[in-house]
Amino acid sequence: MEEIKTHDKKTHSYGIYVLVWLTLVALTGLTAAVAGINFGKFSILVAILIAVVKSYLVLTEFMHLKSEERVFRVFALVALLFIVISLTLLFSDYSSYVR
Amino acid sequence: MSGETLAVSNNGHEVSYLDYEGKHKGILGWLLSTDHKRIGILYLITIISFFAVGVTLGFLIRLELLTPEGTIVGPQVYNEFFTLHGIIMIFLVVVPVVPSVFGNFFLPILIGAKDVAFPRLNLLSWYLYIIGGAMLLLTIVLPGGAPDTGWTFYIPYSVRTGTNMIFTLTALFIVGFSSILTGVNFLSTIHRMRAPGMSWFKMPLFTWALYATSWIQVIVTPIVGITLLMVVIERVFHVGVFDPTLGGDPILFQHMFWMYSHPAVYIIIVPAMGVISEIIPVFSQRTIFGYKAIAYSSLGIALFGSLVWAHHMFATGISSTAEFVFSLLTFLVAIPSAIKVFNWTATLYKGSIKLDPPMLYALAFIFLFSIGGLTGIIQGALSVDIYLTDTYFIVGHIHYVVFGGTGFGLFAALHYWLPKMFGRMYNQKVAKSSFWAIFVGFNILYFPFFILGWMGMPRRSYHYLPQFQLYHVISTVGSWIMVTGILIMLINLLTSLLKGKKIEEQNIWGGETLEWKVSTPPTVENFEEIPNVVDGPYDYKQNEYAELEEEVK
Repeated sequence: MEEIKTHDKKTHSYGIYVLVWLTLVALTGLTAAVAGINFGKFSILVAILIAVVKSYLVLTEFMHLKSEERVFRVFALVALLFIVISLTLLFSDYSSYVR
Repeated sequence: MSGETLAVSNNGHEVSYLDYEGKHKGILGWLLSTDHKRIGILYLITIISFFAVGVTLGFLIRLELLTPEGTIVGPQVYNEFFTLHGIIMIFLVVVPVVPSVFGNFFLPILIGAKDVAFPRLNLLSWYLYIIGGAMLLLTIVLPGGAPDTGWTFYIPYSVRTGTNMIFTLTALFIVGFSSILTGVNFLSTIHRMRAPGMSWFKMPLFTWALYATSWIQVIVTPIVGITLLMVVIERVFHVGVFDPTLGGDPILFQHMFWMYSHPAVYIIIVPAMGVISEIIPVFSQRTIFGYKAIAYSSLGIALFGSLVWAHHMFATGISSTAEFVFSLLTFLVAIPSAIKVFNWTATLYKGSIKLDPPMLYALAFIFLFSIGGLTGIIQGALSVDIYLTDTYFIVGHIHYVVFGGTGFGLFAALHYWLPKMFGRMYNQKVAKSSFWAIFVGFNILYFPFFILGWMGMPRRSYHYLPQFQLYHVISTVGSWIMVTGILIMLINLLTSLLKGKKIEEQNIWGGETLEWKVSTPPTVENFEEIPNVVDGPYDYKQNEYAELEEEVK
């Protein structure tokens, strides 16, 4: 039986997936490594920045958002926006503690 | 796509989904069915069973509180009772009930589709729910016993207690996935599977409510999932995340727990509001007043409701900036809820109101939810909240919102849609008497909580001071009346399914939405032909002010 083609979008080659995966592992290593360095106020910011890069890679490459329709990118954007607002509100508590 | 996923024979459209025999027969025909209607019924059976367990626990809690000292159980069992009551009712009953039962059954029909977007994922959601629910109930018989932390699992007690916490938290993690998958499924269905002509603003308001709810489910449920998982990791590997003795931060747990659990209140209430928006126009024969405002207010609640979580934490010593911000946001979230209430009452104005059982429950919803909502606003005010935190006032508030709201919304939906789902009518007289027993019992049971809270009675307390006893006795008597009402209601509905009067007419109540244009009970593929939608969902007599507004335009 002839295979029905359901996904006509260009799919990535395995090479890119492996590369992204290795980058993610390296970034996880970096997170663990810099956790030992005292950045003071910025330690959370550093961790979040690395996490942002990792999420970006997962979203664009593994989840194919790079090549998907706009509606999916809008969906992801709504979720992202929610996280940004939530973190801002969360830090409205943590940043103004009098210790 | 529906052809391959439904596994329906070509002439299947003539058979009711109840009589249909596909690849599997008998019980397997249900347990392996990917038909959204059958999955809805599976959810109905399981959720009502969990509801019965929750009600029994609640009944026993009230019985225990009849006297200031121990009455029927010891303090440890009492703690386990109220914890299980909370967990079962919140995570296994009110969060999933309206979307999973009525959303599953009616969402595709309401938008003119044959099924949800991912029928197999839909069945998987039910299995995840069952696995999680069974794991939770297992904690009762496993050594160590049921959880005793309260349904909020506050740190540090939840990392110290010897009860079956790991089992409980893993169970909820799994149930959470069920919720996320249902959300993803509904979002895709609403975006991709609407019938021709079914534009966004021709969708019934129940669909709008499900749409808003699905967004909340998809976005916030992962937060509580990962939080509960971190507590498990903390218990097993002693990694310091929340436990202060390991260098963790217990307040962070509360932030992350409520980041889900406050929006969860809206996962709980918004679908029920959708049900009410369906019932009110049908039983007052009026075009709903302010359709767009109600639709947008669902989204507004979803947005603002997700940003108010720290109002549960005013007494924990969070910073004054956070207190100010969250108190303000809490007041703001009242606006979209109020828009709905005002629009419902405006729809009733000069309508031909029929007080059939679904309408009675819908009107009770508006009354009880208003009390629940307004007592929430009281606690949104910082100074008052400090006084009322952890008292019976909050217990009264949550029961008025969650039970008075979603519970009554569920009962309304049962009386409204069950005849359609099974093609049999219940005894309306019995339904009305059971309504009054539930409504009166409910208020006798929960209203004293506000007075008790104001007097300073702490919640979750096994012992209490003698001066509180009168109110506890009144409340316990109320629980007897309400439970009797619920029993009569359930027996009435159950008997109707077995030997109630058979009905075949499509439009039982005179509704205008698509479910009233398909057979009773619906056929396997819902529609013989996918409808082309031309009219709006509530084409009744316009409210005269709305007419006036149109004239002015």
